[in-house]
Amino acid sequence: MTHLLTLDNVSKIFGGIRALSNVSLSVPPDRIVGVIGPNGAGKTTLFNVITGAYRATEGNVVFDGKEMTQWPSHRIMRAGIARTFQNIRLFGSMTVWEHLLVAQPHQGNMLRLVLPARFADPVAWRRAEEALDIFGLGAYRDTVARTLSYGLQRKVEMARALTTGPKLLMLDEPVAGMNHDEAEELRLLLLRLQGQGLSILLIEHDMPFVMRLCHQLYVLNFGSLLAEGTPAEVRSNPAVLDAYLGSETAC
Amino acid sequence: MISTYYAGLFADVGILTLGALSVYIILATGQLSLGNGGFMGIGAYVASYLTVALHWPVTPALLVAGLVAAVVGVIVGFPALRLKGIYLAIATLGFGEMVRSFFLVFEPTGGSGGYRGMPHISISYIWVWAGAIVLLVLALERSRLWLEMRAVHDDETAANLVGLNTTVIKIGAFGLGAAVAAICGGLFAHQYVYIEPGNFGFDRSIDFVLAIILGGSTVGLGALVGALLLVLVPEWLRFLVDWRLAAFGVLLILVLLTRRQGILDRTLIMRLTFRKTA
Amino acid sequence: MLLQQLVNGLTLGAVYTLIALSFSLVMGVLSILNLAIGEVFMLGGYLGFALLAAHVPLAIALLGGMVSTAVVSIVIEKVAYQPLRDAPLITPMLSTLGCSIILQNLVTNLWGSDPLQLPSELFDRRIPLGPISIGLMQLVIIGVAVVLVALVAFLVKKTSAGRALRAVAENRDVARLLGVSPQRVTLLAFAISGALAGAGGVLVSLHYAAITPYVGVDIGLKAIAVMVIGGTTNVWGALLAGPLIGIAEVLTIAYGGSQARDLVVYGLMILILLLRPQGLLGGARSDVGQRV
Repeated sequence: MTHLLTLDNVSKIFGGIRALSNVSLSVPPDRIVGVIGPNGAGKTTLFNVITGAYRATEGNVVFDGKEMTQWPSHRIMRAGIARTFQNIRLFGSMTVWEHLLVAQPHQGNMLRLVLPARFADPVAWRRAEEALDIFGLGAYRDTVARTLSYGLQRKVEMARALTTGPKLLMLDEPVAGMNHDEAEELRLLLLRLQGQGLSILLIEHDMPFVMRLCHQLYVLNFGSLLAEGTPAEVRSNPAVLDAYLGSETAC
Repeated sequence: MISTYYAGLFADVGILTLGALSVYIILATGQLSLGNGGFMGIGAYVASYLTVALHWPVTPALLVAGLVAAVVGVIVGFPALRLKGIYLAIATLGFGEMVRSFFLVFEPTGGSGGYRGMPHISISYIWVWAGAIVLLVLALERSRLWLEMRAVHDDETAANLVGLNTTVIKIGAFGLGAAVAAICGGLFAHQYVYIEPGNFGFDRSIDFVLAIILGGSTVGLGALVGALLLVLVPEWLRFLVDWRLAAFGVLLILVLLTRRQGILDRTLIMRLTFRKTA
Repeated sequence: MLLQQLVNGLTLGAVYTLIALSFSLVMGVLSILNLAIGEVFMLGGYLGFALLAAHVPLAIALLGGMVSTAVVSIVIEKVAYQPLRDAPLITPMLSTLGCSIILQNLVTNLWGSDPLQLPSELFDRRIPLGPISIGLMQLVIIGVAVVLVALVAFLVKKTSAGRALRAVAENRDVARLLGVSPQRVTLLAFAISGALAGAGGVLVSLHYAAITPYVGVDIGLKAIAVMVIGGTTNVWGALLAGPLIGIAEVLTIAYGGSQARDLVVYGLMILILLLRPQGLLGGARSDVGQRV
């Protein structure tokens, strides 16, 4: 089976610091893969390298059959990747509705882009309406997104990501700050999206959430891959327990 | 029939509206240009050369002037990518001054002596152009492209990470803004039928910026409001004789202190047009 | 003749240095251009002029001019900057522009828009130095500029006030956490900036023996170029770039015609912005600025 995303021996070095060392991972199509690890393990750096915010110092990133290690970010994203951020990054002046229009792919000719969207781009208009419905944001359509509550902002960010029509959705700590019900709502949504053919790669600290959701886990520590496998395998891996809990035995 | 005095003011408003729009278009992507007087100058001199030396009619001359300036704008846009914030602004200031000093030494268009002989245009002609471009910008503001420009303005990194080609957007904005400033310049030249390099220096550039910031920096109509203010208020203040400029300065500071987004903004426009949704 | 031009260039450069430093102080701390500096400089010239015409000794006139312009700058800070300190940078900049409009109108009304002439006894003395002669006033200008720059450098590097200035320039929020008051630092920056601009004004009125309300406009813009070329993060950058540009300008006028001089000055500035945006003596990368 060919994987949707493959990282082959990726390293990222900042000055003297090896933020990532020889990390290889792969995301199969239609699967949910999790990246876990203690703080500072390099998880967000990994995301940044995949999306082109950082260039890998060594190694390759291959997505959907294309080698995109050196591509500029916008080209990588347009190839079918979308991401959300640890600290939500919404567009400060935009309403919820505008967020759902702005990120959509450019279908067809330029004219659709430069004429008033309501008339010139009914496809995009409809897609934005759908995203509004799916996430239950109808009531906040014309509200400036940044003024909404944290939970709603998270929804807007995810909705925006989905309007790009991605094949791979990358989520950076999606349930941080959520209560149990909200996290459960998200888990079900993600399962539904996966069922519709979306692959998901996520970073999380919430272990029960991760264990219940992911098909595959990668554990990072100090920039290197510590373990990989199913949640059950990883959960009982002594090296992983060690990294999280610290070694009990004296050296 | 309005008197020539008011006609002249009306013409000035149209011309300044275009200048303010040229700054607005570039500002929408988060780039402050303090050198649009330079693009205006390019437009003025190119259009004038075509009508005076080559006897072109005014309209095609303006179109070519806009095109030439757009190319220069795109060229300026590339190195501009490397600079941010105030340093970009200063670089554009330098560009504007360089254009002005270029025309000071460029003899074929008169150098420091100025250039004259352009056919005179009517106020209606100016407003056909100004009106058309204002309407074009108003339409563009409702497009997806404009949303993308605003995304670049709000958070360039996030914009990149939702797939927007911020390089093309920022450079394109410079090109389009330059073209609008060039039309402004061409109209100016054929209204006053005499131009000199000093018309297109920092004073002019800052006037454009002043107009859009005062009028409302987040909406295209702000350019029109700002132009009206900058042209008409000094006239109304004439009764203060020697102190009218100082009074203008005071008013300027007061407006900025009390309403920093400028006079018009989206909320106000929606309220004025009784609309609740965008 | 070349050497004579160099001396003239140095003199002009000394004035540029002071105004560039004036811009630089506010720029470093607040990342804005104080667009009133040109007119503060011009005001300093008129004040110095008035004092000299009243036969006040040069040193007192200089001091008087500097103190007055420092006070004016503080007023500008309180009225135009302080209330807008958290607005996008263009807003306080335009506010300072408003102040410059007011200042220019004020001076025009008080002194008229025709050039003011200073009695010429002070300016005839020339000191022969081998193949060239240097005017006494030119010497004074260069000397005062060097002393003032050294004083500012001392202030910035060695005093606690200077440390506070550097802290806020580096990182406003961290500075606040460390107990530095950005408001006080801003006030200090404006005051010193005003004093330097005023000194430049007094000196320029000496050098040119005449002054108009419009001297600030051209020199102000060129000083911005000097600031960029020298680098905003190093005080000595202004001292290096000022004479450099002054000489470049004077030589261009002598050998290329006076119209080409702006081309050279701003061309150099753009070159620096493209090739070495932190300026000749600038340390940190200063091409990354806040959103305007």
